[in-house]
Amino acid sequence: MNISLVMFLVFIAITLGITYWASRRSAGAAAYFAASRQIKGWQNGIAVAGDYMSAASFLGIAGIIAFQGYDGFLFSVGWLVAYLTVLLVIAEPLRNAGKYTMADVLAYRLKPRPVRAMASLSTLTVSTFYMIAQMVGAGALVKLLLGSMITYNQSVIAVGILMIVYVVFGGMLATTWVQIVKAILLMAGTILLSFLVMAHFHFSFGEFFTAISQVTYHDAKGQQVVKDFLQPGLRYKPPYGPLDLISLGMALIFGTAGLPHILVRFYTVPDAKTARHSVVWAMVLIGSFYIMTTFLGFGAATIVGPDFIKGHGGTNMSAPLLAQALAGNIFFAFISAIAFATILAVVAGLTISATTSFSHDFWTNVIHNGEERKPGEEVLVARISAFVVGAVAISIAIVLGPTANVAFLVALAFAVAASANLPVIVLSIFWRRFNTAGAVAGLGIGLLASIGLILVSPSLMAIDPPTVVGTARHLIQAKAWFPLENPGILSIPLGFIGAFIGTLISHEPTSQHKFNELLVRSNTGLGAEKATAH
Amino acid sequence: MASALRNVEVATVESASEATDSQSIWDRIASSKEFQDLMATKKMFIVPAFIFFVVYYFALPVLVGYAPQFMATKVFGKVNLAYLFALSQFFVAWLIAALYVKAANDFDRLAKDILEKNGKGGK
Repeated sequence: MNISLVMFLVFIAITLGITYWASRRSAGAAAYFAASRQIKGWQNGIAVAGDYMSAASFLGIAGIIAFQGYDGFLFSVGWLVAYLTVLLVIAEPLRNAGKYTMADVLAYRLKPRPVRAMASLSTLTVSTFYMIAQMVGAGALVKLLLGSMITYNQSVIAVGILMIVYVVFGGMLATTWVQIVKAILLMAGTILLSFLVMAHFHFSFGEFFTAISQVTYHDAKGQQVVKDFLQPGLRYKPPYGPLDLISLGMALIFGTAGLPHILVRFYTVPDAKTARHSVVWAMVLIGSFYIMTTFLGFGAATIVGPDFIKGHGGTNMSAPLLAQALAGNIFFAFISAIAFATILAVVAGLTISATTSFSHDFWTNVIHNGEERKPGEEVLVARISAFVVGAVAISIAIVLGPTANVAFLVALAFAVAASANLPVIVLSIFWRRFNTAGAVAGLGIGLLASIGLILVSPSLMAIDPPTVVGTARHLIQAKAWFPLENPGILSIPLGFIGAFIGTLISHEPTSQHKFNELLVRSNTGLGAEKATAH
Repeated sequence: MASALRNVEVATVESASEATDSQSIWDRIASSKEFQDLMATKKMFIVPAFIFFVVYYFALPVLVGYAPQFMATKVFGKVNLAYLFALSQFFVAWLIAALYVKAANDFDRLAKDILEKNGKGGK
């Protein structure tokens, strides 16, 4: 029997056990949506790291470094530094002022219905796009690993059903513990892999970096080249490369603090101080992980080589192939199982943030004007919407197919979070004059600008050679109108400008009157939501 | 102790919402000297720290993007400036986080005074 399959099944069994345990403690809205606010700081820190270190990090960054060297490592840097925005600006006020979603903070002093409707739309957009990218990745990965036993469609359906089970039955408590298990496995796998890479180079950094400085492979024209992989510029080339790099940096630095599935995690802890400690725990794990992408990525470039990876599944297989080269098939199976666990945990985190926003923001507060009509209705609606979100994600991933060009969806999720969510959260906490029209305009323009600019970017507009077929082709076969892959550099200022103009053209005395209440509450925790008993 | 504090907070919030002019309690706290001190203390750390990390971070893509030859300068053996600068970002981020946690102990102390004082005032 296939070792990968056994390891997958072991992980699935553990997570289903967690879900069963959690399902008996998830009665009531605070328990279901926020794990009763009883998660400890270090536990939440590991769970934040688990939610954040997606397949894009583990497989994607290792792959980009293996093929484009140093420029790939730049992704790693932004992914950690972004947490300083979360720590210094967002986590504590959010925990003090909100209940279950980021929209709670906006609705605190603005008109709840319009801002919740827009915030919910933006949350669902970010979560769905991100989720589709993960699902297509999961399907392709499982097919590659268990190709003889399971098809792409079957693996997408399996991932979808598992995530529905976690969220419907286990709520936030099960999702949190699935993240924790996954994060620990991912760190263990990465440490082991890094150790083996250094062992390969006889624990000599000199030898390792010498190998990195002379990676040999065949370029697109089939010519053999030798490149220094520590040299910048292998991915981001003039004229627009440097600008794209800055734009990506902006989307990461300002987008992370607007990602709904990260923000909801701060409601699972008892108070703002614990939220702060959980960010610090997350930064220790996330930083260590991204530093180790040096070993994963450059290790794959030097030990396995871009030529071999290209012929055995492509860039995303760099980390598993490195494991195989260093320690054989069992380790390959172990690393592959970790990648699978990573995807499952992240889609569960995305699902719970999407369903919480739909049920709490849209169903209860927009449709029913803030009144929960029956006890437990909000949780019931969330469970039903988890089914719907899961079914939609499965269907879209199947329609797109395993070769679909979806990598840009993660960039899009960050761009929407940075351009739509972050400006309005920051302004509602810090700007007395801010009002409902400003929030709606900021969310709307940020959302439209990021989606619009990505539609006309090189990610979706390009002329493919006839050999590229199906959904792998670019959507629009023409030269891109917007030259950057990441819209952040333009869409983030547009989101802020929208919020400013919307605010200035309207007048809302109630929002200014309630500013002191939000200011005091978000800075002192007076009146903040308390932990509840299980 | 913690639960006593919690009760005080609950009492304050309830009295705040029961008061005929519920806005006034929040306004009173917001204009109190203690709260102004808390905000000033926070601002004194957070604003410079935020500006510093944003400038330090964006120096990386700007230098790598527009001065790649300079960043390719070798420092030890094959290790270049670009890699060392990127690596330093991790340590700088950790350092700022550690300094923030230290500074935040003062914020917590000031906030606790406000909570306790207004708990008594609310009764």
